[in-house]
Amino acid sequence: MQLTVREFLTALHGILFGGFFLMAIFGLVVEFIRSRHTAQPESLTPRGRTLEAWFLILMATLGWLAVFTGTYIIYPWYRAKPPANTSDLTAYPRTLLLSHANTAAWHNLGMEWKEHIAFFAPIAITMLAFVLIRHRAALRESAQLRRSIFAFALLALISCGIAAGFGAMINKAAPVIGGQTITLMRNTQ
Amino acid sequence: MTSKRPNGPIAAAILSAAIACFTLGLTTIASDKNKAINKLMNFYPPSGALTGETTIAILVWLAAWIILARVWRNTSRALTPINITSFTLLVLGLLLTFPPFIDAL
Repeated sequence: MQLTVREFLTALHGILFGGFFLMAIFGLVVEFIRSRHTAQPESLTPRGRTLEAWFLILMATLGWLAVFTGTYIIYPWYRAKPPANTSDLTAYPRTLLLSHANTAAWHNLGMEWKEHIAFFAPIAITMLAFVLIRHRAALRESAQLRRSIFAFALLALISCGIAAGFGAMINKAAPVIGGQTITLMRNTQ
Repeated sequence: MTSKRPNGPIAAAILSAAIACFTLGLTTIASDKNKAINKLMNFYPPSGALTGETTIAILVWLAAWIILARVWRNTSRALTPINITSFTLLVLGLLLTFPPFIDAL
């Protein structure tokens, strides 16, 4: 069971950071909807508030880790230009996608959109985390504020979903590969 | 609507996040349409102009948040205009980062 350093870091970016971030946002949206339909407002214990604060901080951290590893580690490998007269483009995903009319849109639409819209999610979630940790009481008093906050949670879910969805499909069409090989497990049979 | 607790800090957080999304849209389209701006945005050459576009949006977001939070500290704001402005900025931000829209301009 082997994978290259680039494959490993791409999986870390997409699955651990991006995937868990997306799941956490989905959980937050579900919690918002649930709280709008509770008969009596719930109040958390001090321990519950602390745990919730850590969850929100972790969620925002995952989002920032996802976009920064994507932008500064994975993206340079993705957009690297092949040397002249290179016929094997497997190590150059962007060039590989653009070399065929049937795959060019994965870059021209998918990557071009994903690389920007992905940033909306951690911005929105950082703001949400701040409001939910520091100003929950004021939020409880205003339905209008709760609706605004919910709109930002939806924005984060949609933007993260688009980024994660295109990321997964682009990496399937033209995977980021190369670097040293990491052996996770050897066949012992 | 005026609530019992000051909503200024929350309004500042909401509006500044929307400003950040709009700024990212602006930097994206400016970089796409103008080669000189694209070159200026190239903060980290291996990743290209994306680094400048996003760094500027983050810096504008944090600056707007700090300034608005300071100005609106201990105050309550009318939320409707803030929500309308924020929603408009978000929609514009989404449009300005959507490649078919950028290509159509």
